[in-house]
Amino acid sequence: MTDKTNDSEKKESNVTDAGKATKKPARPKKAAVKKSTKTAPAKKTAKKKAVTSSASKPAKKTPAKKAPVKKTTRARNVSKTDRIAFVTGLRTPFARQSTNYSDVSAIELGKILVRELLVRTDIDPMIINRVVFGQVVILPEAPNIAREIVLGTGMNIHTDAYSVSRACATSFQSAVSIAQALMTDDIEVGIAGGADSASIVPIGVSKKLAKILVKMTKAKTLQQRLKLLSQLRPAHLLPVPPSAKEPSTGLTMGQNAEQMARDHGISRQAQDEFAHRSHTLASQAWNEGKLDEEVIKAHVPPYKNTLEKDNNIRFDSNLDSYKKLRPAFEKKYGTVTAANSTPLTDGAAAVLMMKESKAKKLGLEPLGYMKSQAFAALDAKTDMLMGPSYASPLALDRAGVNLSDLTLIDMHEAFAAQTLCNMKAFASKEFARDKLNRASAIGEIDMDKFNVLGGSIAYGHPFAATGARIITQTLRELKRRGGGLALTTACAAGGLGAAMVLEVE
Amino acid sequence: MSQSSTFSYEIITDDIAVITMDVPGENQNTLRDDFINEVDALFDELEKKNLTGVIFTSGKKDSFIVGADINMLSKLKTTEEVRALAAEGYRVFKRIENFKVPVVSEIHGTCMGGGVELSLACHGRVCSDHPSTILALPEVQLGLLPGGGGTQRLPALVGVAEALTIMTTGKNIRAKKALKIGLVDDVTDVLNLRKASIKRIKTLGRESLKEDTFDYKSLLSISGWQSLLLEKNQPGLNFLFQEARKKVNAKTKGNYPAPLKIIDCVEAWTRGNKEYGYEVEAKNFAELILTPEAKQLIHLFFSITDLKKHHFVSEDINPVEINNLAVLGGGLMGAGIALVSADKTDAKVRIKDISEKSVNHGLKYAWDRLQTKVKRRHLTKQQADEKMAKITGTTDFSGIQNADLVIEAVFESLELKHQMLKDIEIHCSKNTIFATNTSSIPISEIAKVAKRPENVIGMHYFSPVEKMPLLELIVIDKTSEQTIATAVDFGRKQGKTVIVVNDSAGFYTSRVLGPYMNEAGHLLASGVPVELIDKAIVNLGYPVGPITLLDEVGIDVGTKITPILASAFGERMTPPQAFMKLSQSGREGKKNKKGFYDYSYKGKKKRPVDESVYLDLGISPHNKMDPLVIAERCNLMLVNEAIRCLEEGILKSARDGDIGAIFGLGFPPYLGGPFRFADQFGIKRLIERLEHYKESEGDRFTPAQLLYDMEKSGETFYS
Repeated sequence: MTDKTNDSEKKESNVTDAGKATKKPARPKKAAVKKSTKTAPAKKTAKKKAVTSSASKPAKKTPAKKAPVKKTTRARNVSKTDRIAFVTGLRTPFARQSTNYSDVSAIELGKILVRELLVRTDIDPMIINRVVFGQVVILPEAPNIAREIVLGTGMNIHTDAYSVSRACATSFQSAVSIAQALMTDDIEVGIAGGADSASIVPIGVSKKLAKILVKMTKAKTLQQRLKLLSQLRPAHLLPVPPSAKEPSTGLTMGQNAEQMARDHGISRQAQDEFAHRSHTLASQAWNEGKLDEEVIKAHVPPYKNTLEKDNNIRFDSNLDSYKKLRPAFEKKYGTVTAANSTPLTDGAAAVLMMKESKAKKLGLEPLGYMKSQAFAALDAKTDMLMGPSYASPLALDRAGVNLSDLTLIDMHEAFAAQTLCNMKAFASKEFARDKLNRASAIGEIDMDKFNVLGGSIAYGHPFAATGARIITQTLRELKRRGGGLALTTACAAGGLGAAMVLEVE
Repeated sequence: MSQSSTFSYEIITDDIAVITMDVPGENQNTLRDDFINEVDALFDELEKKNLTGVIFTSGKKDSFIVGADINMLSKLKTTEEVRALAAEGYRVFKRIENFKVPVVSEIHGTCMGGGVELSLACHGRVCSDHPSTILALPEVQLGLLPGGGGTQRLPALVGVAEALTIMTTGKNIRAKKALKIGLVDDVTDVLNLRKASIKRIKTLGRESLKEDTFDYKSLLSISGWQSLLLEKNQPGLNFLFQEARKKVNAKTKGNYPAPLKIIDCVEAWTRGNKEYGYEVEAKNFAELILTPEAKQLIHLFFSITDLKKHHFVSEDINPVEINNLAVLGGGLMGAGIALVSADKTDAKVRIKDISEKSVNHGLKYAWDRLQTKVKRRHLTKQQADEKMAKITGTTDFSGIQNADLVIEAVFESLELKHQMLKDIEIHCSKNTIFATNTSSIPISEIAKVAKRPENVIGMHYFSPVEKMPLLELIVIDKTSEQTIATAVDFGRKQGKTVIVVNDSAGFYTSRVLGPYMNEAGHLLASGVPVELIDKAIVNLGYPVGPITLLDEVGIDVGTKITPILASAFGERMTPPQAFMKLSQSGREGKKNKKGFYDYSYKGKKKRPVDESVYLDLGISPHNKMDPLVIAERCNLMLVNEAIRCLEEGILKSARDGDIGAIFGLGFPPYLGGPFRFADQFGIKRLIERLEHYKESEGDRFTPAQLLYDMEKSGETFYS
């Protein structure tokens, strides 16, 4: 019975949503669609569908504000809404490429983390219906990391598992995938997360060699084999490391960051100061014990020692030392350096999710709730890393809140330059008008609320793990601050953006 | 289709007869003399049929034939009886060997001793690749040799060197290895086994007279060269046997006659005269089976079998399944316990320690050993990963709350153990069992602070845990039967031989070790050199000498235990004065590379004694005592104390005492354990020897009262 009514309500709200779309709150959506159609039209429409359906509930609030007539029904909807709860979140300490985790693949990191999450959380692994995990650097031997985790951690073998990839926003995606499955009552309990290793990566062979090797497996006679081998040249034998370039633009991430810094006038000084701030705040967070509960102690093969904290953080960060570095990508006139960018990192992070009612039933106290979420797609050639500025207003609208309503904002710091560009865009009326088709700016970011525990520049950035790190870290900081709302957001390769509004009571 | 009680056969396609052995009413097939008539009748019948081959298989689940019935063997009293039985065995195996069509033994599951010998008498052997399929000739472990033609047929099949290794060690051979060395002709999945048997019969039928041609492929492997150089010519063979004897003597110190006899038999085979070879085997088998060593080893075998089935509590109490185990302490013991639990049981293991370093040590310890198993191909990488995945670590109480069993392996401090017990009672459920791996503190002392003493038990493991087979459980009055049943069951799942003893200082094993180690101390104090003491004890048949043991375990550990024992049992446990100086000299043994032996020595020979230790002890090593006296003094102290333990009810049976001493302390197995030894040595003689030393060395040699009582009544420990 209740299901039926819920369904009908859902439908109804979808309809109202669609109706509203022509009016105020849907404007940014339209804008986003317009933008994206330039690059990937087919994908975009598909995404938009997903976005609207998943966001249908949080979006109810927005019209409620502006349409008091409907308020009563909406209010009832909201109070009835069974929120998506994050029950717990955990991550490994993050380690710079080829340091502590040099012998541990992303899959192993994921297993170690989820195993610890299960041991620590007082729930029966049998009730976990699904694991959605992500990797950005995918190992060819096991593309479905999620299933490997289920099978390698002693979980119930009947726990379903699939893997997702959305570049640096991967674990935002895995969390949203779990959330959507929870909303549709597809599952009751799920684990979302991501793991990446920059130390153990697939090193390929040249295309010519690969072709010959494949043909060799089909060759039947010695003659055929010899003939194939005779085609080989020494150059074919050189290994091919994974490319750092965007396949669609041929630009590296660093070049993208340089372009943004240059075009938006972000100075070297500002970038260095921002990086220094990130390291200072992160080391403070560690020193104050704020991260102890959410970061496991990593015991990994060959067990030489335990990694207890992220090893990228400069606990004695000194602004002067940032100035000494030479630009990393544009040697002559560039401003982006190794110190004001996030380094290549290994690590894993995960969250345990279920509906509020389920948590209550199990006697678990959630960290907090997912209030809304949104993804956006934009031009990948210029300003590729502006994703947060496109996705955030969408998520805020769907949550029915303004930037000023937030207690915290946490933005993934791929580069100081990228973060500063986005912050500028948030405050910019012009950006809102030209790019988002909005009358007013998203809002001026209050630095007292922004990345208060530092960000990816300090912690490091195992691509697929960062989203889950940000979610858990922000929820716990919100709780420490007595609750409230927070925006978490990230840019991603290929011109994507992710945003999520979190709520803690 | 013919039906008899143990053997049945049916004719399948291609006129192949399949004989199934299935001893009624038993879980496993053993070979017994009363089957001989049945086998004869069966072959008489098959003889008349028109067959193309015979397959020999077992009707038991995951078990082929586990060997000859040891009960039957232990009843043989005279050489004539043994020879008569052996002759019958030879005749039946020869009948199989000479059968008109090929006979193939189809092996799935355990195939031991007589089972292997029967298969060797067949023309072909195929086996399954199932983990339960293990082939071995373990007779040597019972002080015997394969007396069913095994010493003659095995070298013919796998070569002299391999045959010697297999028979003098009795080691298990898995399917893959069996195929590699040529012990079996084919290995396949259980479900394809019949196909493999039939194929083998057909191949054998075609090459009825196989010519011995030189296999050029053998030149590609080291073993091929070895076989060519050593096994195909007389000087090479002489060298091989000489080396084998040297190796055996180094290991047995002349205490075990069986391996040498096995070498004799294989040497006889190389003479090329079949009748002579079987004659040598039969003669040596008959000699061995009547030796005291074989008797003790067979007794031991029965004791173990008996103990494995023993219920220490009423049978209707079912053990609780341990799904979650917490190990407190990531040191050597904790790590070892975690490893065997993850390796052998289904439990998930959480190591808790106060320091991250120790937690990491625990995980590393397990990981290193699992990796070694992968390297040796005992485990696949995936299996090792799966086992390793069961172990996690923590420095707080997270993830401990669901533990069904907590085993503490922290430092030997009563205060610390009390704290552990209190913590566990707070953080875990009311059903959580608290087991302490103390080696000396009475369990009742530890349980004093317990709110639920019924859940408290001692689980005394031996170091290194993954190698030492014994687990000594210590119970107090309040320990519930449920707790005991669960601990026994879990210990067995860990692959341990479990004994249950009552609580007292040092329990059984540490307590009897006390006077034995002390005696070594007294000897040392009287100027007997360290290496002389150790050598005398090793020659008696202990795996290491007492001083080496002290270095291995840690001198500091020793000095922690002695006061506990001395205060409980007085003078006979008080170490000599000179020993007390040792703890002040900063010597802890191997762990801090400063002990009785010189740990700076890097050479390949035996580690020399650190001569400065004599200075620290204030003695000069001048006393060239007779090694036999040294060995007797130490050994008698242990035996006498074991008897006291039985007298005081610490031990519930002599059997537990024997197994505990052999598996926990390395008491020489050929002596059968302290109680078997006492019986064989003679109670009266034992009292005499003890009184002799009491006179010369002091009251610590006072014989146990029980000995006097037994002398009076004429009893022995085993009837």
